[in-house]
Amino acid sequence: MKFVEDQSPDETLDLVCRMCPMHLLEPGDKIKCMKKGQVLEVVTDYDGALDDIPEWCKKCGHEFLGIEEDEDCYKLYIKKKK
Amino acid sequence: MNGAYLDHASATPVRKEVLDAMLPYFSERFANPSTVYDMGSKIRLVVEEQRAKVANLIGAKADEIIFTSSGAEANNLAIKGVAFARQKKGKRIIVSSIEHHSVLNSARFLERFDFEVTFLPVDGYGVVDPNRLVRAITPETILVSIGHANNEIGTIQSMVELAAVCKEKGIIFHTDAVASVGNTSVDVNEMNVDLLSLSGPSLGAPKGTAALYFNKKVRLMPLIQGGIQENGRRAGTENVPGIVGLGKAAELAKRELPEKMSHVRKLRDRLVKGIFEQVEKVSFTGHPEKRLPGHASFCFEAIEGEALIFMLAQAGIYTNTGSACASKALKTSPVLGAIGIRADLAQGSTVFTIDAGNTVEEIDHVLEKLPAIVDRLRSFSPIWGKEIPEYEEDVCT
Repeated sequence: MKFVEDQSPDETLDLVCRMCPMHLLEPGDKIKCMKKGQVLEVVTDYDGALDDIPEWCKKCGHEFLGIEEDEDCYKLYIKKKK
Repeated sequence: MNGAYLDHASATPVRKEVLDAMLPYFSERFANPSTVYDMGSKIRLVVEEQRAKVANLIGAKADEIIFTSSGAEANNLAIKGVAFARQKKGKRIIVSSIEHHSVLNSARFLERFDFEVTFLPVDGYGVVDPNRLVRAITPETILVSIGHANNEIGTIQSMVELAAVCKEKGIIFHTDAVASVGNTSVDVNEMNVDLLSLSGPSLGAPKGTAALYFNKKVRLMPLIQGGIQENGRRAGTENVPGIVGLGKAAELAKRELPEKMSHVRKLRDRLVKGIFEQVEKVSFTGHPEKRLPGHASFCFEAIEGEALIFMLAQAGIYTNTGSACASKALKTSPVLGAIGIRADLAQGSTVFTIDAGNTVEEIDHVLEKLPAIVDRLRSFSPIWGKEIPEYEEDVCT
């Protein structure tokens, strides 16, 4: 797992307390509206996202930048590549 | 004139326009809105249209509405959902002492999980003092829940002031507006609330329909686990006919509310004036001005409320005591106890809730029948005409 710090995302999605698979559906919708090169921050408390989101990035052709652990949640960073 | 139904806080008839809108969704338009084929996706669009109509009624955005099965569920989701999502920030909650049982008992349930709950007192009109709220807040307070209007005494709270206190302290503010949405103006932006519960039956939609408004910045732990209906916040296949009914009722309420408020206020004032002119030893409960326009609540001295309700029903007049827990245990209702009504007087609590379909003739029918019924009940009463000593009694819980 790649850890990052001090990211400056262009957009943030707060998915804390949301049921699976919202951690994949909402980033999919959100990233469609973003520009190539912009960074999306996904905030979640769902452990499954740690595997699912990097895998989803590979399938969709986006770059998974890494995660930052917060006090009670994870922040995952995705760079839109296409 | 054969009677008058004046218990709209308990139940309202489903409006014909609402029923007509719902009927196709029981049979020919039955598909599950979560399915991907066209039959289902069309229903999904219908559900989203209803979400927008409900949002429009209270000045919210469509994606800030979660459909629920009842006002009680909306209150449970707001209180437990916020408490469990924010418990790392603190475990203190404040609710007023005159909340609906779905709020009070949700808060008491959280006490089992080491949350601390403050039950905020109210004044003699049932009003929460914002200064008292300020004093009750601690650094660990994460949630305040104060009902917009009380269904038993009709009092409307000063939401703007109460919300301002919470905003300043960064505390989530929920209001139970089940008694008020559809009966008085409600705008979540003007009120500045984070969460608001509303219920379909208050609007002429069927029982089993309700919604929770939530500010999207508020994290909510779902109470029902399962699929991702309601955007992953409440699992369970949607009650599509009910949602269509709620949407239609919200659309009608938005259009008709000013006229309805004016109509029911006139009837309410006629009823109050008539009762005070014709019946002695009766007191009005709740705030005289800051109250729901179609709501009139009284305590008749030396009368047992249940007996009055029963005898009024025999005359075709349907009202309520407004104090369900008083009926069997003969104890003071928590709301009347909280506003300082004497226990013996609280037994004579009677609540009239008027809706758009009521008429002047119906109010006059009440005024014709009620005084004689009160006189008759008092003639049996062992305490009528006697001095009652003041005493304290525990409120029921």
